[in-house]
Amino acid sequence: MIRQCFIIFGCLALGELIVWLTGISIPSSIIGMLLLTGLLQTKVIKMEWVKGMSDFLISNMGFFFVPPGVALMLYLDVIKAEFLPIAVATVVSTVVVLIVTGWVHQMFKVKSDGDTTE
Amino acid sequence: MEILQNNIVLLALTFGIFFLARQLQKRVGWIVLNPILVTIAVLIVLLKVMGISYETYAQAGGYIEFWLKPAIVALGVPLYQHLGQIRRQFLPIFLSQLTGCIAGVASVVLIAQLMGASRETIISLAPKSVTTPIAMEVCQAMGGIPSLTAAIVVCVGLFGAVFGFKVLEVWHIKNPYSQGLSIGTASHAVGTSRAMEKGETYGAYASLGLILNGLLTALLAPLILKLMGVM
Repeated sequence: MIRQCFIIFGCLALGELIVWLTGISIPSSIIGMLLLTGLLQTKVIKMEWVKGMSDFLISNMGFFFVPPGVALMLYLDVIKAEFLPIAVATVVSTVVVLIVTGWVHQMFKVKSDGDTTE
Repeated sequence: MEILQNNIVLLALTFGIFFLARQLQKRVGWIVLNPILVTIAVLIVLLKVMGISYETYAQAGGYIEFWLKPAIVALGVPLYQHLGQIRRQFLPIFLSQLTGCIAGVASVVLIAQLMGASRETIISLAPKSVTTPIAMEVCQAMGGIPSLTAAIVVCVGLFGAVFGFKVLEVWHIKNPYSQGLSIGTASHAVGTSRAMEKGETYGAYASLGLILNGLLTALLAPLILKLMGVM
């Protein structure tokens, strides 16, 4: 467990360090994620060293969204004042993303089926 | 009722409500009763009734929200597992992500502009499709209101989780890979958790969409907003 935490937080810390050193506007967590992928790909880190922790974090990701969602109560006024633009833009745009992404992927999808997941 | 402002009590309350909400959904089976949505709604009502400020709750909530960043790092594992697929399917995946990302940012900005939303609201809406930690950082970098973004991101996620598969079926997007990818691209981790319930393949492609759109939005959103004259 300690090794698992060290790897996840180590990648995140390196991400923070890179952001701090370069001042780029990519979130540290995304850099950490790419570092972890790279370390797994180059076999520096073995899958079983992170699997348990990463499964736990990913399967509970939804729960971690509760507190930022509760922040909604701070913006009830803003949302009430601009309810229509916010609601229409959000819903229509989300439907657009769903359709555009799915449609483009379906259209260009390579027919050969070597891509079933494990 | 000072005891109710205790961090541990508020954390226990959050865990308890989420657990009950999940049990409720399992029993009733309605997708609309999304446990995240129900927990947020119940907590907001409870806090208002008990007169507890968000700032007080946030001290306890911070312990939960803290895990979002490590969870994003953990997505490196499924990304690594699917690198082979991504390479084989590079063109369809890359093109759908690029168009999905641009369509998402541009459409929400355009509609909000046309409907007269304020500049801050427009910026806060722009990264709405991607996962909270990324969306908040993108919003902050562009001068929006990060916590408004966080709240909207959760709403978008819930919308995708509840109605996403319905929308895709109506528009004849039936391929499981395309469906998973779209759900993850449009509604990040909340949609992905719904896709995971539907099956491993849906979940894997949804996490791919969540990761790639997160990356692309972080890189492209500031550019798109500049081109559209918001910044």
